[in-house]
Amino acid sequence: MKVLFNQIKYLVAKEIKLEMRNKYALGGILLYVVSTIFVSYLSFKSIVTPSVWNALFWIILLFASINAIAKSFINETKGKLLYLYTLANPQAVILSKIIYNSLLLIVLSALCLLFYSIFVGNLIQDYSLFLLTLLLGSCGFSSLLTMVSAIASKTNNNFTLMAILSFPIMIPLLMVLIKLSKNAIDGLEHWDVNYLLVLVFINVIIIALSYLLFRYLWRE
Amino acid sequence: MKKNWWKVVAAVCVLYTIIAGFLFKVPAQPILHETIRNLYFHVPMWFSMMTILFVSLWHSIKYLSKSAIESDIVASQAAHTGMLVGFLGLVTGSIWAKYTWGAWWVADTKLNGAAITMLIYLAYFVLRGSIDEEQKRARIAAVYNIFAYVMLIVFLLILPRMNDSLHPGNGGNPGFNKYDLDSTMRMVFYPAVIGWILLTVWIFTLRVRLEKVKQKLLYND
Repeated sequence: MKVLFNQIKYLVAKEIKLEMRNKYALGGILLYVVSTIFVSYLSFKSIVTPSVWNALFWIILLFASINAIAKSFINETKGKLLYLYTLANPQAVILSKIIYNSLLLIVLSALCLLFYSIFVGNLIQDYSLFLLTLLLGSCGFSSLLTMVSAIASKTNNNFTLMAILSFPIMIPLLMVLIKLSKNAIDGLEHWDVNYLLVLVFINVIIIALSYLLFRYLWRE
Repeated sequence: MKKNWWKVVAAVCVLYTIIAGFLFKVPAQPILHETIRNLYFHVPMWFSMMTILFVSLWHSIKYLSKSAIESDIVASQAAHTGMLVGFLGLVTGSIWAKYTWGAWWVADTKLNGAAITMLIYLAYFVLRGSIDEEQKRARIAAVYNIFAYVMLIVFLLILPRMNDSLHPGNGGNPGFNKYDLDSTMRMVFYPAVIGWILLTVWIFTLRVRLEKVKQKLLYND
């Protein structure tokens, strides 16, 4: 167990180092988010309807996340992955990717919220609930998309398949997220604990499944 | 014949369902009227789908532990059969909705859940189609299938219970057990469930046999 934790620690550090080394990938995603938000600003000016604000925010974040995470397995070369698997436990590889992608998405979603508030307007009344939703949502998106990216990377046309596989499977998660963030925007007095529990449950189950199933995926 | 007794049960139950389902007395209810008979056709479809998709999940897990290509054939054919009954469930539900709610389709949690389930499994077939190598396809499809079934549970069994829904039996709407006070409907409903599930399994076994023959021909050529 301790070996696994150490390996995860090193692998996450490696991912961050690699990302910092060529910043264009990170910059590309940020530019993607900012320009999408700017386009919505140009077309909407400012949004005052909570449901539209909410829907647009999650759609932007959904597409940005898919773009950000698709590369985590698809862009890796076969040789590099083989090298990685000889050094580390495959479980450590998937868990480290999930952790790294979660960190990436947390940063991305925070920036997305910031720019979205500046350009399109901010309707949130209950910040703690909204931020909690955003945090759990980032973890859920990252674990699901990392696993789907690992699946899609084994196929012949992986970018198309990434979209086809991830959209339907993400909808349960997305519905819970939209419901919770709508509550946060409306500033309801009582938190809907059931939805939060379902969100945590979905997160836990996806990570557990990735942990169990990844060892069948990585082998060629 | 000894091995095939369940096929006889399936045929008898389905025949009984069709005859009794259209002719027996049903509780007279406002709005529902005779459409309540849809219970014998629509609901068992979803029971059959869950059963057959569970078979598919089971064989996917079996493939991952044993790596026998036969499990992969069984899993994929079970998913195909599941799509067939799922589609029939959508159609029967849609016709019923037209006469009771006044629309073929409404944006409801339960209905959308069913539609997304179909999409998830269609994606499973696209995934299978995009990998050429047999063993690799079987392995990766099995992993995705396990994922898909878990999401299906969240979608069809957890989320509709949390949201308001128009669907009978959800969101405070009465299910059929509230109407069926003298158990006349149960006398048809339970055989209907057994009959449709067995019929689905029958279709599934035929599909598996056909697929195995196809594979055999492919390798003999």
